[in-house]
Amino acid sequence: MDWVYLIEVLVGGLMSGVMYSLVAIGFVLIYKSSGIFNFAQGTMLLFASLTFVKMTENGIDFWTSLFIAAGIMVIFGIATERYVIRPLANQDLLALFMATVGLATFQEGFSQFVWDSDVHGLQMSKFLDIGLLDPAPIFMSDHIPWLDILIPKFDIFASLVAGSLIVVLAFFFQKTKTGLSLRAVSDDHMAAMAVGIPLQTVWAVVWAVTGVIALVAGLLWAERVSVSFTLIEAVMKALPVILIGGLTSIPGAIVGGLVIGVGEKLGEIYLADVFGGQGIELWFAYFMALIFLIFRPQGMFGEKLIERV
Amino acid sequence: MIYRETGNFVTNYFKDREIFPLKFDKIIVIIGLLFLYLYVPTTSEYTLSAHVVPILAVGLATVGLNILTGLTGQLSLGTAGFMCVGAFSTYNLMLRIPEDFMSLPVALLFSGIFAGLVGVIFGLPAIRIKGFYLLVSTLAAQYFVWWFFNSYAWFLNYETSGVVAIPPKMYDYWGLGNLLGIDMQGYPARYVLALTVCLALTYFAKNLLRSNTGRNFMSVRDRDIAASVMGISVPRTKLLAFFVSCFYCGVAGGLYSFCYIGNVDLMIYEIDRSFTILFMLIIGGLGSISGSWLGAIFVYEFPIVFTWVGDTIFQGAFNTAVVENVSNMVYGVFIIALLIREPGGFAALWATTKQKLRMWPYPH
Repeated sequence: MDWVYLIEVLVGGLMSGVMYSLVAIGFVLIYKSSGIFNFAQGTMLLFASLTFVKMTENGIDFWTSLFIAAGIMVIFGIATERYVIRPLANQDLLALFMATVGLATFQEGFSQFVWDSDVHGLQMSKFLDIGLLDPAPIFMSDHIPWLDILIPKFDIFASLVAGSLIVVLAFFFQKTKTGLSLRAVSDDHMAAMAVGIPLQTVWAVVWAVTGVIALVAGLLWAERVSVSFTLIEAVMKALPVILIGGLTSIPGAIVGGLVIGVGEKLGEIYLADVFGGQGIELWFAYFMALIFLIFRPQGMFGEKLIERV
Repeated sequence: MIYRETGNFVTNYFKDREIFPLKFDKIIVIIGLLFLYLYVPTTSEYTLSAHVVPILAVGLATVGLNILTGLTGQLSLGTAGFMCVGAFSTYNLMLRIPEDFMSLPVALLFSGIFAGLVGVIFGLPAIRIKGFYLLVSTLAAQYFVWWFFNSYAWFLNYETSGVVAIPPKMYDYWGLGNLLGIDMQGYPARYVLALTVCLALTYFAKNLLRSNTGRNFMSVRDRDIAASVMGISVPRTKLLAFFVSCFYCGVAGGLYSFCYIGNVDLMIYEIDRSFTILFMLIIGGLGSISGSWLGAIFVYEFPIVFTWVGDTIFQGAFNTAVVENVSNMVYGVFIIALLIREPGGFAALWATTKQKLRMWPYPH
């Protein structure tokens, strides 16, 4: 076995895992605070990145379009809470899930109706002069003599963004008053309401924050893949990630993403021959999640469900 | 004034359980059947191939998904995958078994059973996994089935293009066409086959819903722990639901390939189709068989009507991208609006209309 190659594969897997985690965090935030399985996460990514890309293509500079796109996502999140989630409060979870399926469909049509259905490329290095956005990869052997592998600089940038996002979120959840009320709501809706936490404001905040996370994740995905409706399907891979990690845990989303990313790459390389065909990446992640869930139905860090009649 | 229950006296238990208890309903059903069997096949080939037959195929798949999601409460995103199993196994049964033994209706039956068994395999995790976690199993089914038929060319008879046209001789039901002098490959004959299969399976589903098995399904949906306390075997019920649902999806896949498009093509069984069928189910109303058909008609016809409106009123102002995007927006709005205003979907709207009709003209 070629160890250097293996390490390269592992690093590549970890990096793509980070991309999955970025999407998964948005899922977990909403599930944690309201118990809604937000299927519209993928289309939120599409909407955010498409808005951003179209604005930059029309000559608006990077930071302005970033702020405008973030603003639109915040407005969109608040509107979602007001017109979709609030009228459906206290419905069963299946109905809420289906509402987000409807929201996803609407958003898919809406974003491509307002902008267009073309495939857009995004190159952030055109706007930001950061060394890490240089397309050339890093040769690790320049820094560590015995480690002869290539790492794309963009992957390091993506990991740094993901890392700082997690730090910001952790700070927000642990240290601010809004974060405290978010945690209270996720623990127990009724009790939170009883101590005077405005439930609807909290949900609006969560949807707005998720919209902004979708923007960040969408930009990174756009740089890696491209902005088009294929983004939605790429994001479907975030489902096994959150299910492995457990629906209620942000660390779970990150660890799950890394596990899926690495497992998928290893599977493609070492197991493809066993199945007699290429492209097992298409379903391998789902099977990994499935086998994992059979042994641990609530995911890695998910809360164990105790049910009573 | 016409629609009245007055004078409709139930004198025995058998009469009490009729699907259509009112005389008016019975007359409507008979007229409807005559219309479907005698008039519709004589309409143009375009009407049959572009509107009626595809609706029959996807509607049947919606009924199948309804049994799993609406009745038993197990979410599924693998509908298109199970349809794919049905289409491919119908084709392979017809191709590989001598004609003397195999005919399209029999092949459809067996491919339904195949799809059902595949469904049971992917339903096995449902014994351990609950709720949203089960999505991963049906997604695995969708992607795995697609990949499987894409990777092993044997199932497509080594056709490199990925699409195989169905040879005309496969439509010959033991020489029935020659005997009656009908072109069995023509759309009228295909339509009659699809209609008969769909009516029979819809009737079966409707009765399943009213039977002990159907009530078991619903009790598992409403509260599986309570159901198990009452002595219903939850794993057995769930697997049975997977089998029946995937049987329907498999037959629907066979109908879609054989009666509608006339070829076996992997591209039409991608995950988008699973979603389309899910929209049909939600818009039509979960748990209602007639709702599934209403939802299928709405979701399938909307883009066509919208294109038609664009062509005739706005001189072809809408291109396909606009039609697709607007359709998606409309589905989304309909799903959300129906969930908020009328969670029962079109089926509940229909029931309300019927109630109004019954009260008319004195609504109190």
